[in-house]
Amino acid sequence: MGRRARERGGFRLGTGAVALLVPLLVAGIAVVLTWDSLLSVRQFGLGFWKNSTWDPVAGVFGAFPFIWGTLYSSLLALLLSTPIALGIAVFLSDLSPRPLRQPPVFLTELLAAIPSIVYGLWGIFVLVPAVRRIETLTPAWLRRFPLFEGPPVGVGLLAAGLILSVMVVPFTASVAREVLKAVPANQREGAYALGATRWEAIRMALFYGRQGIMGAVMLGLGRALGETMAVTMVIGNTPRASLSLFAPQYTMAAVIANEFSEAADDLYLHALVEIGLVLFVITVAINTLSRLLIWRVGAERA
Amino acid sequence: MNGTRLRRRLASAAAVGFCILSVVLALVPLGFILFFVLKEGLPALTFDFLTRLPKPVGEEGGGMGNAIVGSAILIALAGVIAVPIGIVSGIHVAEFRAGRVATAVRFAADVLNGVPSIVVGIFAYSIAVMPFGRFSALAGGVALGIMMIPLIVRTTEELLNLVPPSLRDGALALGATRARAVFSVILPAALPGILTGVLVALARIAGETAPLLFTAFNNRFWSARLDQPIGSLTVQIYTYAISPYDDWHRQAWAGATVLIGAVLLFSLLARTVIRRLERMHHA
Repeated sequence: MGRRARERGGFRLGTGAVALLVPLLVAGIAVVLTWDSLLSVRQFGLGFWKNSTWDPVAGVFGAFPFIWGTLYSSLLALLLSTPIALGIAVFLSDLSPRPLRQPPVFLTELLAAIPSIVYGLWGIFVLVPAVRRIETLTPAWLRRFPLFEGPPVGVGLLAAGLILSVMVVPFTASVAREVLKAVPANQREGAYALGATRWEAIRMALFYGRQGIMGAVMLGLGRALGETMAVTMVIGNTPRASLSLFAPQYTMAAVIANEFSEAADDLYLHALVEIGLVLFVITVAINTLSRLLIWRVGAERA
Repeated sequence: MNGTRLRRRLASAAAVGFCILSVVLALVPLGFILFFVLKEGLPALTFDFLTRLPKPVGEEGGGMGNAIVGSAILIALAGVIAVPIGIVSGIHVAEFRAGRVATAVRFAADVLNGVPSIVVGIFAYSIAVMPFGRFSALAGGVALGIMMIPLIVRTTEELLNLVPPSLRDGALALGATRARAVFSVILPAALPGILTGVLVALARIAGETAPLLFTAFNNRFWSARLDQPIGSLTVQIYTYAISPYDDWHRQAWAGATVLIGAVLLFSLLARTVIRRLERMHHA
């Protein structure tokens, strides 16, 4: 082997060795979190996720209310944010004239750049009072439905879903826009040639890129599931699963944020790490799936 | 015009209207948030706030001076950890694009980017708090650094790919090795952009709170020691926001103003630099 070839190999190996730290880090997170949750996994098994009692003093840990609150608030956020995010994506890719395109792009980027803690601060002092107002104005007959049960406290699932939806919109919108841009022009041209209206042509494009659009929505879901501070500050932190939008509830990320530094004994700590481990597994799975979906739209074009 | 056609036209107009409405709907909260942060935060943003220590519970006044310095230290630590690893990994991914390592790294960076910050916090707790038995600035820096790595890898890769191939061809034609071409020609050409990307990444992790709660913890006093708990702007805002005191609420808003100001400044700066670079390369 010549000097040059050796040098080239050295360059590749050297940078590669450093680069391997990145996948090792991901593996490391998985291993460490598993290791540090063994006590809880052994003691409670799968019952951990079915049991609703969370009593650190008695050493009884059931995580059902947290997974319920996480899924419920995230799905509510998706329900609210998806139409708006898709609307923005369509506006930016198909409707806006060129000079009008930059400001919304910049402003949605700004929305994504606002730190979670600032969303939370705004949530506590502006959104929660507004939600409380809505709750008190809800007529009594409507409040009898399980969906709107409970006293009007402001903090709760509705506030969490609202704030999450605002936070998720920029992520979903920007990916959906990329997907729409990746749809071949002949899809829309074909539709127009057949006499389609603007919306019908856009619908063709949305349908063509449906997998990527789903990927964009799932990317938003991944963000919502792991979002911590803003949710912690407005959801009310009450470990009681409820169907009611008005009820204070709890999420996986929030219980870790609130209780981790106070977890006095090992079992308590391991129970919290187990919640973190499951959060990790869920978000990694969802992000991976969404990447695959988005990537397929790009690949089909090539 | 028959009925079907009219209906289709109307549906189309409604859809277009909805899209425009969505843009407006998304921008309302942005306006609201910025408005409230400035309205509540600016009046409380005094010289004392920026330079003083927090006062004990019940006393008015005091500031977040130590927390601002603490945040700066944490961010610097994160940068020291993430920038070298991120840039070298980015170089590898850009240079050996199709290689197995590059594919794994690119995928891992995407995964890492999607890992919730609170989970990164647990990991940092396990490797940098538990073994030493105490919260520390270093642990906080590790947590933020881990979050920053995927951002740097991605920026570096993208910006290296923006460098015109003619530069590389020139270097190789002059007899440079590949490493030489990368480190003396391609990397310097991409460096302004990469540094901008580093700024953006720093601005993003500057706003992180969750991973600091149980790594850097908090500290109400001046501290620059890496093996001790340290205050940070974000954790301090959180503590004050959930407290029952009006004066602390005002300070939380002031802290948010400082934070948003810093984040916006970095983003705007980065944006203009990147725009200029892109124009330069495409010209």
